[in-house]
Amino acid sequence: MLTWRRLHVKASAVHGLLTSRLVTEQHTWVHGHLPLCQSLSTGTPVRNDFFKDLEAQFAAARQKAADAMPGSSWSPIEINPNLPPERADIVIVGGGVVGWSIAYWLKQKERVRGALKVVVLEKDPTYAQASTVLSAGGIRQQFSLPENIHLSLASADFMRNINDYLGVLDEEPIDLQFNHSGYLFLASEDVAHIMEENYSTQRDAGAKVSLLSPTQLKEKFPWINTDGVVLASYGLENEGWFDPWTLLNAFRRKAMSMGVVQCCGEVTDFKYSVNRAMTTEGKSLDIRRIKSVKVQMPNSLEYQPVECAIVVNAAGAFSSKLAQILRVGSGAKNTFEGISLPVEPRKRFVYVFHCPDGPGLDTPFLVDYSGVYFRREGLGGNYITGASPEEEKEPDPGNLEVDHEFFMEKIWPNLAHRIPAFEKLKVTSAWAGFYDYNTFDQNGIIGLHPLIPNMYFATGFSGHGLQHSPAVGRAVAELILDGNFQTLDLSRFDFRRLLNQEPMLERNIV
Amino acid sequence: MLLRWRSQQGQRRVQKKNAYYSYTQHFHGADIAAAFYVLSLKGGFRYVGQSDWFHTDKRGQFNWNFLNHKDTPLEEVDMSCSLISYSGLENLVGQQSLRTLSLQGCPEVDDWFLARLHVFQDSLEELDISHCPRITTGGLAALRNLKGLRRLDMSSLPGLSNPGLVIILLEEMLPQCQIIASGYDLSLSQEGIEERNEQHEQGHESDKSEKQAIY
Repeated sequence: MLTWRRLHVKASAVHGLLTSRLVTEQHTWVHGHLPLCQSLSTGTPVRNDFFKDLEAQFAAARQKAADAMPGSSWSPIEINPNLPPERADIVIVGGGVVGWSIAYWLKQKERVRGALKVVVLEKDPTYAQASTVLSAGGIRQQFSLPENIHLSLASADFMRNINDYLGVLDEEPIDLQFNHSGYLFLASEDVAHIMEENYSTQRDAGAKVSLLSPTQLKEKFPWINTDGVVLASYGLENEGWFDPWTLLNAFRRKAMSMGVVQCCGEVTDFKYSVNRAMTTEGKSLDIRRIKSVKVQMPNSLEYQPVECAIVVNAAGAFSSKLAQILRVGSGAKNTFEGISLPVEPRKRFVYVFHCPDGPGLDTPFLVDYSGVYFRREGLGGNYITGASPEEEKEPDPGNLEVDHEFFMEKIWPNLAHRIPAFEKLKVTSAWAGFYDYNTFDQNGIIGLHPLIPNMYFATGFSGHGLQHSPAVGRAVAELILDGNFQTLDLSRFDFRRLLNQEPMLERNIV
Repeated sequence: MLLRWRSQQGQRRVQKKNAYYSYTQHFHGADIAAAFYVLSLKGGFRYVGQSDWFHTDKRGQFNWNFLNHKDTPLEEVDMSCSLISYSGLENLVGQQSLRTLSLQGCPEVDDWFLARLHVFQDSLEELDISHCPRITTGGLAALRNLKGLRRLDMSSLPGLSNPGLVIILLEEMLPQCQIIASGYDLSLSQEGIEERNEQHEQGHESDKSEKQAIY
């Protein structure tokens, strides 16, 4: 009797708590056996969880049914969304300012919207070792080769109208923070004649440069010690420095708005087809045509082969590794195949220092004949300086560690000699970056490789890549799409000078 | 696409206004061409040796008597609130006797324009660049080439981020020049900085509402 009442009480309690139909069925079982999954003696929270789970399970089952229907985006194979596309028309290896400039100009020049599929591959999205962001950001027209002067002038024109070219609707206008302070080159007696010849070349090419005697120099810039200076050349217009990161992002934003695909990955291999060709002398040459690029994902074993028609090597300091995969330079010496891409990374240091009594707002980008340069940074009495080391004492390009001894021994004495106010200064910070140094003649290599008919090179600028990037991008886009240079003739910068061993040296004093 | 077309139309209008007046130069000489350019952009000028000004009124009409003075260079040019730009300066480049140039409130005058003013480095004595929205510190550094500058008016330049410091540096850079710089809040108090921040935000909001109104 008692047991019956106990069970009855339990049943009524259960009935009060449970509301669904299942529960009322359970209720009838009270007299018989207990349900298999739950025991009635457990507390209420477990019971609530069970039904919450049930609702979730119903929802999951509904979702699965919807996915199974056609029209849903579910697929049983899990695809990594960061992989580059399987096919592209043009693959640009290198996401620095030159690479993105080429991507922008290719999209700008395509005649039908969406005709070209361009992919830009950058192995390090943090740009920790990229030359673009670590550069001092100067632009000058004071070169000795007319092509370099024209490149700088065209790039300055581009930057003047940068919002017309790279402005994206509804986004903020681009502010390059361009300081129009000009470059000032100082010449000693033995190099003054080179400076005079360069001056006439620059004037003929349209650069606005003026020559100054030591007295005029002292009058214009009283803080310079004109000891040993015989001639100075000062740029009046289109010269100065700007923010390279802004330029890179402007190119990238505009190119991506026009449909360029950005991908983070490293090129580790190429698939190419080899054709044998005979020269007129009867030697046989291997012509390698790239069929696809193997892109390795960062920190992973995943890779994606990208079939492409054209590859552009804009990898900067790391271009020769790419060329070596294609066996450029693997033949015997004194043959076509034996000439490798002479671009290697060279480490250069930049030091930031503070000097309260230093020159003011009108400080130009001063380059001394000893190789030391400096420029103003901001308005708080901070300056940036650096110098090119001698050939024999090049620092090891394996890492980006800064050598402060270099500043103490090579830079500070020359700086203090030239500007007496800099005898008292304090180095606040320093960094190192790579030059994509062309060991052959320190000028860029732009054009096709004779043995690889679909690989274009745009590298080896040895410190001038940033200031020439808009014009070089346009030139390479013209080369690819129109077959020939249209606005600026840069045919003297192509591979032929390497094959003929005729260097195009800059006769600039630094 | 329509919005892009609208903005491109605006740019094209400015470019057309600032085209190079080679036809006028060919027939009437560089000085008359420069004078005609100034008048077409609704500005005003005064010849060397003359005391009266030639102005364009609001309806775009001006006195054609300026054609009578052949081969007289311009001495003072007033281009306030006109659409003069870098490419338009090509028309004025040959004026070696230009002493006064007023560019107050010109929307297309930017740092590159200031850098090009070095062509007047010997003659220019007075320059007024107040209320030009596109000028920043980098362009003011280029004014060091103007050796003869005696009076510079740089009031209310919205593009300057540290006006107080820039004024001091400019005074050091151009010791013989009198610099007029009003319209900046140069107070160092916290309230002044907060007020400036508020004004900045209000300016942004009014810009956005203007943009919406146009499009």
